[in-house]
Amino acid sequence: MKIVVAIKQVPDRDAAIRMAPGAKEIDERELQWAMNEPDAYALEEALQLKEKHGGEVIVASAGPERVGTTIREALAKGADRAIHIVADDLGARDALGVARLLARAVAPESPDLVLTGLQSEDRGEGQTGVILAELLGLPHATLILHVDRTETGLRVKRELEEGWHQWIEMPIPAVLTMQSGGNKLRYATLMGIKRAKAKELRAVSAAELGVDATPAIVLEGMAAPQKQKSTQILRGSPREAAAELVEKLKTEARVL
Amino acid sequence: MSCILVVEEARRDGSTRVFQETLAAGRRLAELTGLAVEAAGVGEPGRNIFAQITGAQPAAGHAIRHELLAAYTADGYTLAFEQLIRRLEPRYVLFPHSYQARDFVPGLAARFGQALIGDVTAIGEGPTFARQLYQGRMHATYRHAGGGPCFLSIQNGAFRADEGAGGTMPVSEFTPALEPAQIRTRPGTPFRETAQTVDLSSAQRIVGVGRGIKDAEKLPLVEDLAGALGAELGASRPICDNGWLPMERQVGSSGQTVAPKLYLAVGISGAIQHLVGMKGSQCIVAINKDPDAPIFEVADYGIVGDLFEVVPALTEAVKAAR
Ligand SMILES: Cc1cc2nc3c(=O)[nH]c(=O)nc-3n(C[C@H](O)[C@H](O)[C@H](O)COP(=O)(O)OP(=O)(O)OC[C@H]3O[C@@H](n4cnc5c(N)ncnc54)[C@H](O)[C@@H]3O)c2cc1C
Ligand SMILES: Nc1ncnc2c1ncn2[C@@H]1O[C@H](COP(=O)(O)O)[C@@H](O)[C@H]1O
Repeated sequence: MKIVVAIKQVPDRDAAIRMAPGAKEIDERELQWAMNEPDAYALEEALQLKEKHGGEVIVASAGPERVGTTIREALAKGADRAIHIVADDLGARDALGVARLLARAVAPESPDLVLTGLQSEDRGEGQTGVILAELLGLPHATLILHVDRTETGLRVKRELEEGWHQWIEMPIPAVLTMQSGGNKLRYATLMGIKRAKAKELRAVSAAELGVDATPAIVLEGMAAPQKQKSTQILRGSPREAAAELVEKLKTEARVL
Repeated sequence: MSCILVVEEARRDGSTRVFQETLAAGRRLAELTGLAVEAAGVGEPGRNIFAQITGAQPAAGHAIRHELLAAYTADGYTLAFEQLIRRLEPRYVLFPHSYQARDFVPGLAARFGQALIGDVTAIGEGPTFARQLYQGRMHATYRHAGGGPCFLSIQNGAFRADEGAGGTMPVSEFTPALEPAQIRTRPGTPFRETAQTVDLSSAQRIVGVGRGIKDAEKLPLVEDLAGALGAELGASRPICDNGWLPMERQVGSSGQTVAPKLYLAVGISGAIQHLVGMKGSQCIVAINKDPDAPIFEVADYGIVGDLFEVVPALTEAVKAAR
């Protein structure tokens, strides 16, 4: 099976998110970056499918120069080659705009399967995979935890709300958006990291792909969230704060 | 005729709370734009899709009926709603931000050259639409650039369903043109994994542990605290994804919904999918080293600090007080 995995680089979870002047972007200086978590699960599923059924795993990632480090990480974990869609203006494109870039870059590969994460940790759109399926004219399923290859296509396990699940049968080629938790993630080995250096990483610019960047929806501005409740922050040393908390839980909140 | 079209979705148990909330968002948009609210939904013949609407009634209802829509599929729903939207030409189309809407609305919107504004938490003058970014650490406002319908999905709980007796409204039937071959996926019957043995929903106190704990080997730290408090242990999704605690201890939209007297969140950031599972707790305490963590927005008491120092101190303090 030829499998494309769409991988996004996002700010590391523990990174402090601060606004840049103009309130339309975050300040990217000094940020640490990481692979979007559900995308790591999508990559893992792709690698396991390849190990079972043979084929090739191709990583596709859109973003500026810096996303190269995340692409290398995916190659080190076992992806065979990568396409880097070089674009500095992703923030100004909406989910449709980003999906159009990915679709243009992925279509010539004619993959059997395209995997994306169900949602990015930064924009949290949860849209790109579904739009990608629409643009590529392929069937899709979302929130997938497990993928089986069948004689005619795929049998996938989809997460529903409140602990419910369902199996879906579908033909290939197809697009799946992967939920986290379906597999155990692997680490890159030293050997993998060495090998990754020799793997093909093809760069293509957004301009070359000729995709319209005009968005249908426009970001007006960002702001830090406002508190809905008045939270009492207990200060002092850990011991002092702990003692005060216990006192408040007993006498004020009366939950102890 | 331009309108605000609100799409019905009933839950597995038949309740339509998320639909009623989405209708409330539609009414808010109607106030701002002067457009009329209409409702649409898919239903088997004979089912009155709009029977449960409380408060002001929409101007009209559109009942989509087709045997190929008996089970939800993205292909079937996309085609059906595409046809209805082309017929009605609404200015806005609103969906509850449910797993079902997430599954097909982005593709539906793309068919109209649109991107969905998803998981909307508020609607302001303009109109502008608020949603969260960076897992709740930023709030953003968006505007539709115009030209074509604007697709929105509304966050659960963000709008309050209107009360009051419902009335009646004219309902017309809509039968989309669908062929079996257009539906490419075959969905199975929904099922639940093995029966749950831990029922967090009846626990009086819960200590919820998140990724701040860093390592499965550090879990005894929170187990000791839970023991001292006489509390059950709950967890955020990544803890269960990693297999550090069983799935049945997961709190949130894809886990259990809990409402204990005390919910103590340790090293949990407070992503919306976690918050919806525990927001109803009587008293919420958060321990987190990041003063800007969204969990503090819903907490009654907070300690900003390193959990590896705060949790043992708290365990001691609880033991001393009991
Ligand atoms: C469709 C869908 C369904 C989902 N369902 C659920 C669900 O049911 N339940 C759920 O929980 N999530 C769910 N999620 C995931 C959710 O979006 C978040 O990713 C998740 O809740 C984050 O878990 P966390 O807070 O433990 O981790 P993180 O977001 O990584 O937060 C860790 C926190 O620990 C703090 N921390 C780190 N070190 C320390 C320290 N030494 N001392 C104190 N604090 C520290 C950090 O400041 C941070 O705030 C779902 C996501 C999707 C897309
Ligand atoms: N810039 C990007 N490059 C590669 N993949 C992306 C990009 N943006 C989104 N994706 C993919 O689409 C998924 C959903 O993203 P989103 O729609 O932004 O929530 C992610 O998990 C990725 O798999």
